Amino acid sequence: MTQVNTTSYKTIKLWKISERDKRPEGYNLKEEDGRYRDPTTVTTLRVPVFRPMDLMVEASPRRIFANAHTYHINSISINSDYETYLSADDLRINLWHLEITDRSFNIVDIKPANMEELTEVITAAEFHPNSCNTFVYSSSKGTIRLCDMRASALCDRHSKLFEEPEDPSNRSFFSEIISSISDVKFSHSGRYMMTRDYLSVKIWDLNMENRPVETYQVHEYLRSKLCSLYENDCIFDKFECCWNGSDSVVMTGSYNNFFRMFDRNTKRDITLEASRENNKPRTVLKPRKVCASGKRKKDEISVDSLDFNKKILHTAWHPKENIIAVATTNNLYIFQDKVN
Amino acid sequence: MERGWLVVLGVMCVIWFVEDTQEKEGILPERAEEAKLKAKYPSLGQKPGGSDFLMKRLQKGQKYFDSGDYNMAKAKMKNKQLPSAGPDKNLVTGDHIPTPQDLPQRKSSLVTSKLAGRTLYKVKEQMI
Repeated sequence: MTQVNTTSYKTIKLWKISERDKRPEGYNLKEEDGRYRDPTTVTTLRVPVFRPMDLMVEASPRRIFANAHTYHINSISINSDYETYLSADDLRINLWHLEITDRSFNIVDIKPANMEELTEVITAAEFHPNSCNTFVYSSSKGTIRLCDMRASALCDRHSKLFEEPEDPSNRSFFSEIISSISDVKFSHSGRYMMTRDYLSVKIWDLNMENRPVETYQVHEYLRSKLCSLYENDCIFDKFECCWNGSDSVVMTGSYNNFFRMFDRNTKRDITLEASRENNKPRTVLKPRKVCASGKRKKDEISVDSLDFNKKILHTAWHPKENIIAVATTNNLYIFQDKVN
Repeated sequence: MERGWLVVLGVMCVIWFVEDTQEKEGILPERAEEAKLKAKYPSLGQKPGGSDFLMKRLQKGQKYFDSGDYNMAKAKMKNKQLPSAGPDKNLVTGDHIPTPQDLPQRKSSLVTSKLAGRTLYKVKEQMI
């Protein structure tokens, strides 16, 4: 049995996901398809029995948490205490107890008294995997704030502020938009956190606030396409990122149904594609390459032929095994490391 | 002797010029893109990035398809004995549960609005 917290826009639900591989058959008052039988037609009694059936996965809502958000919820994160969780929208973060559905505590509120003064919004939030008093939230300006709930009831003042200094001479109209962090994820160890902005993935050491320790370019070739990406709104796409179980590899999605993996130890990276073309089971995925400019080699794809409607925003890595889940617009792909 | 000095000076100048160009090439793509955008939409906000897109983010009414709610609603119609999860009889998930058919194809773009200035004003009003 698994429990999954989901949010739709402003309401949070806790679902129980279970497998069912048998069903009761032989009711006296109901047909097999559920319709009720006319009791006058029942002439004998029988005892219903369980019979095996095709495995079915069921999701049933177990808790529905009252509407406590004015703006769209962008994150929910269950605490390591398994009793509380947080939910974040553009301007506020609330703390909930899993058993209490009708109220929550507000722990971060960045709404200015005068909305004209609004300069940034909250884009993602997550609890620390081990310290139940610590959480982080990222902003549309590319900053991450770490907060300690022991410091005060309202965590408007951060304990740490992570921000990479920007060279002011490099600033352009797009700078702030592409620096907006779309996802923040702690490493399993709790020592690092990863952020995803439009063009890159950054790894931060929680002990160092002034710059990330590693930066990986996801699709740098898009820098010369920012104008069209702004016009078609793709520049606002929110990509997620994830760690593998040992925190040695990070993964994130891109366009054209491509997804990227970066090995932090070997510094090698790979681009793979989730598509039906290579979907025969046991097929090994072929590495892909995007040709940024100049002569396109065979098997390379030019930037202009990338399909920007095929975006991989959501990816997940099994916490222990080398099994990944990659979501395209209409399909979910599950891949595993090839077994030798 | 003088000739020798002249040559040295010349080489130094060339090195300086090459370095400067290389520095500029790194940021050139983004600046070029910015110029393209400003050429197409001269009325686009003075503040880079900033409040235009922030206001758009906070715009309410963006609905997403929720497969959980959708399937729940379908199940409710088929089978009336759905367990109600606690005291939530009046629960509303947004205004109504979107079906795949009534989702907008694509959210409206900032730049396609011909009344960019006016739109911004409207959005601000809604928020207050």
